[in-house]
Amino acid sequence: MAKVVAVTGNEAVANALRQINPDVCAVYPITPQTEMMQRFASFVSDGKVRTELILVESEHSAMSSCVGASAAGGRVITATSSQGLALMWEILFIASGTRLPIVMPVVNRALSAPLNIHGDHSDAMGARDTGWIQLWSENGQEAYDNTIQAFRIAEHMDIRLPAIICMDGFIISHSIERLEYLDDQDVQAFVGEFKQVNPLLDIEHPVSYGPLILPDYYMEHRRAQAEVATKVAQVVLNVADDFAQLSGRKYGLFEKYRLDDAEIGLVILNSAAGTSKDVVDEFRDRGIKAGLFKPRLYRPFPYKEAGEALKHLKALCVLDRADCFGASFGPVFLDIATSLYPFQEKPILINKIYGLGGRDYLPGHAELVLNELMDVAQTGTVKSYKEYIGVRE
Amino acid sequence: MKLKNWKEVNPGAVITDAGNSREFKTGSWRSFKPVWIEENCIQCLFCWIYCPDMAIKVKDGKRAEFDYDFCKGCGLCALECPGKKGKKAIIMVEEGK
Repeated sequence: MAKVVAVTGNEAVANALRQINPDVCAVYPITPQTEMMQRFASFVSDGKVRTELILVESEHSAMSSCVGASAAGGRVITATSSQGLALMWEILFIASGTRLPIVMPVVNRALSAPLNIHGDHSDAMGARDTGWIQLWSENGQEAYDNTIQAFRIAEHMDIRLPAIICMDGFIISHSIERLEYLDDQDVQAFVGEFKQVNPLLDIEHPVSYGPLILPDYYMEHRRAQAEVATKVAQVVLNVADDFAQLSGRKYGLFEKYRLDDAEIGLVILNSAAGTSKDVVDEFRDRGIKAGLFKPRLYRPFPYKEAGEALKHLKALCVLDRADCFGASFGPVFLDIATSLYPFQEKPILINKIYGLGGRDYLPGHAELVLNELMDVAQTGTVKSYKEYIGVRE
Repeated sequence: MKLKNWKEVNPGAVITDAGNSREFKTGSWRSFKPVWIEENCIQCLFCWIYCPDMAIKVKDGKRAEFDYDFCKGCGLCALECPGKKGKKAIIMVEEGK
């Protein structure tokens, strides 16, 4: 029986990690992730989990310890935010290239400078091409559900890749919401026993991790990793089906909200999608065919499926809570534009940068954007392809 | 040896056959080659102890020839060699000369 609770996003994810009871957690505290790992450390101290908790001196060490523990043969977790994820960057590639299924909640926070502790997506966007799977979560329930599913996806024998679960710093991590916990034994049964692949601790079958691979073989290893990325989406869907049977909550590669017959639409990640859906409803009440597309599996990005889902729109705005300096457009825009590129008939695309460093994203912002999209759809002309919104000009 | 294609390589580049460095000959990396001068050798076996690549062969407890398939020419053996009466038993000679 599911249990209904009122908890913060951090508490929900910490509880998911307790239910999974991993072998090793190497972690360093950073706002706004701190509360999650503080709660998990309490579970360790209180004997609620049998996890070996390694308190390290930096995130670089945290991820390095995770790589070692995972290669040794354990089910391994960590969690971080912002600068912490940035400091892990070098080792993120080692975790994915070595095919170690480490699971890491990332509580999204802006990057320095200027120093800011509040929610935006700059941190995880900086890690989007590291070979890690990324699942994004609108609210505490999705963060909890994605965390549980992430283990099944990462540890799948065809995949064996590390996975990040994203949720917005403070907006979700520190806000109390109603959500449903699954039973401990159901979660345990769902994720199953961890199966090791070439564990270092199997001394009967000695193996070496991290060899030097010269030009004669490096490209073959990279090509193999690119192939694995193509298999992730189907596994995500299969795991989501199993999870729906257990929880009644259905997930896909992305969420389509009133999108199938829409003429104008928004693409938006995480918590701001909730706000935007309300505004989409208001436009629908007025007879305007608005819709929304919320990516869930952001890496590997399901380009084909996303393109199919969006190609029928007349005008589409991608809202990015991070900017790619020098790339002209925000990161999600670049992926959506790529998804739509193969289609002859496709919407006019515009890009808005919003909510950096925890700047509020309000219903009024979604309303402004949807009004602009109505103009674009009607006239076929665009005032500005990329613009910051909610900023003092 | 036929090289493997991308479908055949081990996931994560993990090496599952122990001791396979024997198959990967590194002697061609060398730019200086150690040469053994047996008459100056006191059989101290310092070269055997210090060699990082196990490229000094020992036979019946005595110093034997270098294993040039694996010697990278680092020169540690020549540096450590005490020689006999001030004359080194190992000297480094530039390859190709």
